[in-house]
Amino acid sequence: MTSQETTRADARFVHLEGIHQVFGSGAARYHALDNVDLQIARGEFVSLIGHSGCGKSTLLNIVAGLAAPTHGHVLVGGREVDGPGLDRAVVFQSHSLLPWLSVVDNVRLAVDGKHPDKPRAWRKDEAMRLVEMVHLGAHAHKKPSEISGGMKQRVGIARAFAADPDVLLLDEPFGALDALTRGGMQDELNRIWESSRKTVIMITHDVDEAIFLSDRILLMSNGPRATVAEDVAVDIARPRTRESLLEDPAYAALRKKLVHYLISTGHARQAA
Amino acid sequence: MILDSNAIPQTEPKAQAEAAAPLPAAAQEMEDPEKALRRRRAAQTFLMPLLALVLLGFVWEAYSKREGVTLPGPVQTVTESWTYIAHPFFDNGPNDKGLGWQLWASLQRVAQGYALAAVFGVLFGIIIGKSVLAHKALDPIFQVLRTIPPLAWLPLSLATFNQANPSAIFVIFITAVWPILINTSVGVMRIPADYQNVARVYRVRGPRYFFLVLIPAAAPYIFTGLRISIGMAWLAIVAAEMLTGGVGIGFFIWDSWNSSRMSDIVVSVVYVGLVGLLLDRLIAGLARLFGTKFD
Repeated sequence: MTSQETTRADARFVHLEGIHQVFGSGAARYHALDNVDLQIARGEFVSLIGHSGCGKSTLLNIVAGLAAPTHGHVLVGGREVDGPGLDRAVVFQSHSLLPWLSVVDNVRLAVDGKHPDKPRAWRKDEAMRLVEMVHLGAHAHKKPSEISGGMKQRVGIARAFAADPDVLLLDEPFGALDALTRGGMQDELNRIWESSRKTVIMITHDVDEAIFLSDRILLMSNGPRATVAEDVAVDIARPRTRESLLEDPAYAALRKKLVHYLISTGHARQAA
Repeated sequence: MILDSNAIPQTEPKAQAEAAAPLPAAAQEMEDPEKALRRRRAAQTFLMPLLALVLLGFVWEAYSKREGVTLPGPVQTVTESWTYIAHPFFDNGPNDKGLGWQLWASLQRVAQGYALAAVFGVLFGIIIGKSVLAHKALDPIFQVLRTIPPLAWLPLSLATFNQANPSAIFVIFITAVWPILINTSVGVMRIPADYQNVARVYRVRGPRYFFLVLIPAAAPYIFTGLRISIGMAWLAIVAAEMLTGGVGIGFFIWDSWNSSRMSDIVVSVVYVGLVGLLLDRLIAGLARLFGTKFD
């Protein structure tokens, strides 16, 4: 492979081609996604924004392999997605930790799945290292019911990184958290992403969160027959901080554009 | 310095004590009625059942005194069957044992039948819960089988095994297996989609899926089944032993009936009830023990 070919392959590291998703049949038939084409480069952080029910989660589930599209293909790193896998780790909206396992054992679940051949002691250390990466070392042996919502979501992120995935899929990871905790979590995710530069697809409702973290923001139209309506680049230098963002002139313009889009599609939705 | 630092705490506690003095008094006044209420509730918990028991005893005694009634009253029961009440563990050969030994023999049968039921119930429950085809094939059959009363199984069981003891154990097994099986299958079917997705994404498969996801997720349902079943197994034992003979509380009751020892029956029935209660509490305790582990 020449370097040019590598670059081209990297430019469409995640490649969605003509994705249609239809649920049910007859009167209950619902055409959720209509001809979604999408290319995401390796190491790119992409956010999906849209109103509830626009098929964001459906799209993410298709990339995760948890749902199969009615038509179309998903390629990740040139390979067709035909089921869930460790190369596409998911951070679930509802954190989805196993309540009977401790924090470190929940992370260990993914470590063991990824490295079944490594010695036991190594896997144990690796799980602990990831728990410390999200600053939960002191809570490693607590059960999920004993820690806060923000901490649970950090465990979810540590678990996703345990799989050392090619693509990280975040399904409204901070949606259930209060504003203060959410800010802290965004800082933390930003820090971890800067050091790992994974390819990320994140669903969010939060315009500021999307701008702060993303390289690109995809605006989805309302369902039925939802698709990617606009593809907005975030041209703000990295590394970013919350403060630097506020002072960047591009930020205000971008924010206005996104909010405007959401409001106008919101009106259209109410009219329909 | 030392004097100074001593002098300050000496004066301060006094001031604190004075300031704080009215507080404990107030707290005591607040606490007292609450304590009294708690004491009254505790007393009620013990006294009310006792009162009900005494009342029941009087009604029972009065009824037994009526003409033509062969049921012995409480006084007659205690005097006639005093040996069985006072000496549960006497042993005068295979045909004359204390009630403790009779119950022990029955408990062993129940343990065997119940253990079989637990193993088969959980196993088939998981298969039915996991496989749609197995569910479609077996569920209708199980729904019919589970409504058959224990005693109806006994002739079939005797015809199949030709021996009393295995038949009795089979009757206990077949009575106890359904709640375990059905609850387990429901528990497995209701494993939250979130956990299934986690297992799929992070490649938790085979024995790891079984022990880390399936069993803990279904555990509350399995324990509910186990708890219902222990009661049913104990219900079945009396019926099963009545026809099989030998040592055991069921046969003891049947034997007492045949030799018109009514007061012995009354004592046995009370024991059966108490042991049933203990068994229920035992499984409930086990469920709580494991339940906290899975929380």
